[in-house]
Amino acid sequence: MGLSALALVSVSALALSGCASSADEADAPAADTAAIISTNGSEPQNPLIPTNTTETGGGKIMTSIFAGLVSYGADGQIENEVAKSIESDDATNWTVTLNEGWTFTNDEPVTASSFVDAWNYGALFSNAQGASYFFDDIAGYNPEADAELTGLKVVDDTTFTVELASPEADWPLRLGYTAFMPLPSVALEDMDAFGENPIGNGPYMLDGEGAWVHEENISLVTNPDYEGVRKPVNGGLTIQFYADQGAAYADVQGGNLDVLDAVPDSAFETYEDEFGDRAVNQPAAIFQGFNMPYYLEHWSGEEGKLRRAAISMAIDREQITDVIFQGTRTPATDFTSPVIDGYSDSLEGAEVLEFNPDEAVKLWADADAIAPYGDTTFDIAYNSDGGHQAWVDAVTNSIKNTLNIDAVGKPYPTFAAALDDRSNDALTGGTRAGWQADYPSLYNFLAPLYQTGAGSNYEDYSSEEFDTLLKEGAAASNVEDATAKYQEAQEVLLKDLPTIPLWYSNVNGVSSDSVDNVVFGWDSVPLYYQITKG
Amino acid sequence: MLWYTGRRVLQMIPVFFGATFLIYFMVFSLPGDPIAALYGERPPSPGVLDQIRAQYNLDKPFIVQYLLYIANFFQGDLGTTYSGRPVSDVMGSAFPITFRLAMLALAFEAFAGIFVGLIAGLRKGKLFDASALVVSLLLISVPTFVVGFVFRLVFGVQLGWFRTTVSSEAPWGELVLPAIVLASVSFAYIVRLTRASVADNLNADFVRTATAKGLSRRRVVSVHVLRNSLVPVVTFLGVDLGSLMVGAIVTEGIFNINGVGGTVFKAIRLGESTTVVSFIAVMVVIFVVANLLVDLLYAALDPRIRYAK
Amino acid sequence: MQNKPGQAHFVAELEDTPVAAVDRLDENEKARSTWADAWDSMRRRPTFWVSAGLILMIVLIAVAPGLFTDVDPRACDLSNSNADPISGHPFGFNRQGCDVYARTIWGTQASVTVGLLAASIVTLFGIIVGSLAGYYGGWLDAFVSRIGDIFFAIPTVLGAIVLMSVLPTATPATVALVLSVFAWPQIARIMRGAVLSASNSDYVMASTALGVSKFRILLRHVVPNAIAPVIVVATVSLGTFIVAEATLSFLGIGLPPSVMSWGNDIGTAQTSIVTSPQVLLYPAAALSITVLAFLMLGDILRDALDPTARATR
Repeated sequence: MGLSALALVSVSALALSGCASSADEADAPAADTAAIISTNGSEPQNPLIPTNTTETGGGKIMTSIFAGLVSYGADGQIENEVAKSIESDDATNWTVTLNEGWTFTNDEPVTASSFVDAWNYGALFSNAQGASYFFDDIAGYNPEADAELTGLKVVDDTTFTVELASPEADWPLRLGYTAFMPLPSVALEDMDAFGENPIGNGPYMLDGEGAWVHEENISLVTNPDYEGVRKPVNGGLTIQFYADQGAAYADVQGGNLDVLDAVPDSAFETYEDEFGDRAVNQPAAIFQGFNMPYYLEHWSGEEGKLRRAAISMAIDREQITDVIFQGTRTPATDFTSPVIDGYSDSLEGAEVLEFNPDEAVKLWADADAIAPYGDTTFDIAYNSDGGHQAWVDAVTNSIKNTLNIDAVGKPYPTFAAALDDRSNDALTGGTRAGWQADYPSLYNFLAPLYQTGAGSNYEDYSSEEFDTLLKEGAAASNVEDATAKYQEAQEVLLKDLPTIPLWYSNVNGVSSDSVDNVVFGWDSVPLYYQITKG
Repeated sequence: MLWYTGRRVLQMIPVFFGATFLIYFMVFSLPGDPIAALYGERPPSPGVLDQIRAQYNLDKPFIVQYLLYIANFFQGDLGTTYSGRPVSDVMGSAFPITFRLAMLALAFEAFAGIFVGLIAGLRKGKLFDASALVVSLLLISVPTFVVGFVFRLVFGVQLGWFRTTVSSEAPWGELVLPAIVLASVSFAYIVRLTRASVADNLNADFVRTATAKGLSRRRVVSVHVLRNSLVPVVTFLGVDLGSLMVGAIVTEGIFNINGVGGTVFKAIRLGESTTVVSFIAVMVVIFVVANLLVDLLYAALDPRIRYAK
Repeated sequence: MQNKPGQAHFVAELEDTPVAAVDRLDENEKARSTWADAWDSMRRRPTFWVSAGLILMIVLIAVAPGLFTDVDPRACDLSNSNADPISGHPFGFNRQGCDVYARTIWGTQASVTVGLLAASIVTLFGIIVGSLAGYYGGWLDAFVSRIGDIFFAIPTVLGAIVLMSVLPTATPATVALVLSVFAWPQIARIMRGAVLSASNSDYVMASTALGVSKFRILLRHVVPNAIAPVIVVATVSLGTFIVAEATLSFLGIGLPPSVMSWGNDIGTAQTSIVTSPQVLLYPAAALSITVLAFLMLGDILRDALDPTARATR
């Protein structure tokens, strides 16, 4: 992997040393390499510090202005950027070698310390960084007190070593995530100022001081010194912030926006007709389902198992994705996503995810034989500010029609209120649960959500069998073995159904006819650097 | 007059404290932990959350939080949002655009509303009156989010008369469509209100006297009827300014305007008390000043009202 | 605020106000009340009966929706999503495949409750507070006006958003209460303004001069004469309260979807405006008709209560 990426780097370096326009002669003769692409986004939740950016608004900017050790291609495959090689014999001790010649846009060279210092900053307890837990598998990490990441050692300017707390074969997969970006030394001197005007090493850079107009937009221009695999063929990027997707969609219709990566549900029925081949509808790394807490009466033990399976088979996923989502969701067949390597639609026991009213009624009756459900209302909690009502209503209607029980949606005014009841085990029924992958790996869809005691395992699912398989998968020496273990682990989940899988979100995008080459990445973000305009 | 104005300004003080306390308490009472929610379904370690809570004084009892806020407020420090931005900066970018939008909406509803209402009142029971009733009825009974959506689709996307959303520079021309949407409900109110007042005043003694004195109808209407009909309308306009400024949540969302309504709505969602309260504090000042102007206008419109002492 | 009738003023206006009229006014007061007069005038107008009939009908639907449809509004089948009307389902189906006619009928109760309850609370409270403040002036005015300012400085939709988020459950009654909390000062202010101007009018000064008690003047002369703009705003606001409930639902903090209301249906229909406008049309039409009925009644009531308007009829 290292070698081929290196070759790619030198090719684009050559292209740069020639004439900028000669590179894209073949495909788009009219394309203007100075053209600015406009696209939608949202105001970053935090200052633009890599280790404090955990949401998509800031993430989209981060991946554009930073280049990490690796970056992700359209299909989620990693390609080396700053890294020349990332190697390990035992999946625990890793040696990272950097390519020479990378600089930040303030001309400071990107060295091993740029990474080690940035990661140490992100992991340090008192820096209270939102993504600090991404470093929790590096030796020395302490979540409750200041401690150095002793597992990180700078060997020389282009080499550093990493010692993990336990072996992880797919550790390099995550290194394209924003938390693992390098930082220039000025950042560590004044992080607040840096967060307003970040200096990166990516394909784009901020268009001068104050390029980030809060709540309005951020202007990025191409970084002339960038020599990685994502060399832009346009002049820059204006990310316009929208609070409402409908407004962004109207702007593409009205010719005020080039690329949109989120079609509002009011346009689900019409956008493909309207935009034709300028519309995109492809699976994304987003899994959606709902969880039934174990602390509820009727939902644990053998009775709970039967009821979970019954509920799952009472939902007509095909019909809901067709009618409510107009095909912009893909019915789930596992707990991950079709864009991830190792996704499967043929796991043992996956038939529990198919609509089967007769079997559902039978299982429900079996459960009633253990303990009668009575006329308790079945509800699914959701935060009403996230556009979930339509599908929750459809799912509860489907359950109601199949099982003949009273089923309703239970809206919470805010995400905070819903989260509170989840964290405090105070739910009265199911709860919406969704997961968007941070990096393209099966592990990222499983460990944080279902491992015993994991951070996002709010409903406290615990299965020794699952935990063991997960651990074995992580420690496997190659990706194939790991995938096999993770799939086995999911087969455990299919029996227990700690979450009832519903569907994978698709990425739905449209683009105006002034731009071409709009391709969406695995993370639902367009590969901006490939877009041509003119 | 001066005395009166001074006294009204002094009366602002309890309103200021009352409103800020009330809203601070309500935001404080919002269910859920705002800091935990910032991280979605990816909770950082409890220690990290504790540090951030302490940073925003959220670990302290309510009354301490409020007093700290007020103390900082009078030192010119409005605190920061959960994204680390000074609230004063947020206000600096949100208020100007919203103020312009509200003024445009106010101008629209005042001029168009009074004009339509006046004619409807003068021709009570005729076709124009009936059509005005139907239009204002429609505007009242169709929610803003529908009116805004349809207007954006028709005038922005299909006809192309207006830009679909307001750009970052926000020139006046782009604000016209959002202002009309924003003003639509109040426009209906003003039409109804003016129509009612005009119809009343047409029968008032002073109008009959004026007509009997031989004044032209135009003069009777413009000087006597209209002027006297404006008292309730002006009251309404004065109090409407506040709702136009903060109540524009839906309109701002539809036209992607980064204004007061959307900012406060987002802050409520996040449980960001300092932002909500700071905005409300400014709104209180604007509100009190607007009401003062209204009361002073009363005297100008209706010579029988005098503010003595 | 001083409402002291200046003697000079009174004298100056005397030529417009024949003394005989003052005497007649007093006699009329004893003979019959303003309200009886109002009823006399109202029942002679056909629009009164139209609007009263409509309102009765709406209230009947709200109280006993089962009389008007036997389709279960909660029986929803996705295979009927946004389907056109068929026999037995005259308005077609919404996005979830529920019968639009049945939902419009069953939604009446919650919507009308929100509108009527909020409008009544706001109007009653606003009239009382506004007339006391405007009429008596002084510290009472200052105190009441400042309390009103506190609530009014917080715009209705915004305050409602916070309060609705704080409350654990949303019912039509809580929605109405929450909307009232922030909306009453508007009526109070308008009432106060109108009272202020009415209490300076000649007939009030005349009554004062004749030695009628202050409170009696307020009830008999000032309030009926000042109530016109309030009735207008109150009847319009009844509609806006129903719509406000829709907006709250649209923003995700109104009535939960398990409570059927026009607002909820209008809010969810928003996503289908382009492709299936009929889903929005019927609840919105029901809302319009309700607002119209109350507007018409308000107009008639206002005319009937206003002696000067009645004089020419």
